[in-house]
Amino acid sequence: MKTRVVVTLKPSVLDPQGKAIEGALKALGFTGFASVRQGKVFDIELEAVEGEAADRLLRQACEKLLANTIVEDFVIEHD
Amino acid sequence: MTKPLKAAVLLFPGSNRERDVARALAGVGAEVEIVWHESARLPPGTDLAVLPGGFSYGDYLRCGAIAARAPVMAAVAEHAARGGLVLGICNGFQILCEAGLLPGALMRNAGLKFICRLQTLRVETNRTPFTRGYGAGAVVTYALAHGEGAYVAIAQEIEALERSGRIALRYCDAQGQASAAANPNGSMHNIAGVYNAGFNVLGLMPHPENLIDALTGGVDGRPLFEALAAA
Repeated sequence: MKTRVVVTLKPSVLDPQGKAIEGALKALGFTGFASVRQGKVFDIELEAVEGEAADRLLRQACEKLLANTIVEDFVIEHD
Repeated sequence: MTKPLKAAVLLFPGSNRERDVARALAGVGAEVEIVWHESARLPPGTDLAVLPGGFSYGDYLRCGAIAARAPVMAAVAEHAARGGLVLGICNGFQILCEAGLLPGALMRNAGLKFICRLQTLRVETNRTPFTRGYGAGAVVTYALAHGEGAYVAIAQEIEALERSGRIALRYCDAQGQASAAANPNGSMHNIAGVYNAGFNVLGLMPHPENLIDALTGGVDGRPLFEALAAA
């Protein structure tokens, strides 16, 4: 099963990379970009797990490794 | 003569300062062994475990994240829980935070630049096994070499660190003022290093091991290693 985990910085954490990207977009003449924050996407293919079990497994993976929950949030996406 | 300090310097793929810290420790009479990260235990009789600087796993995922899950880290956690000394420098500090042995996290420098230069720091307490060789509130010069050294933690955690005196070092100017101008990387409260609750685990971003010889810039780092050797 194809799944996706999106990890983002918590809103309270400064994101200097996002700020730099935001600045670069403005420098390129883009308007209407109020703010940019950078995150990570993990595309994960699971074997022989589905539904709630898949959710649990991915949640564990996020909490143990994929996200640092002190400074990051994560969202799990799958069918 | 007392038994020399027995230090285990951990080596992860991508560590690159292990020999420098080993030299600093050997220079004060410690017995030093380099220990590969796949080892499930520390050498018998280890007094001090050191996590050196570098770029473990190429900083993949997050700095220190993958190294923090290496087999040897369970042994480091046990060693720390027994009251054993643990020192993490730079990437070693990042690994200790990722492993949950120290609070908080280290994020991209506020100015986005990799910083590589000398830096003055204030030693916040000299009542720990690491800092007994310094005067109270001493201003020392160590070397910075990091791209992700901005120390962050939730507000309650920072408050708890302040209250319990667990902030080890702060970035400051030559007069010892921990001002915003003296903060090189955007660390909260100018924090350059923190202790765990037992004061037996220290993580710091700057490198004391660079400052052990007058020929190469100064000796401000030596009292830290001397204090450990006398522990």
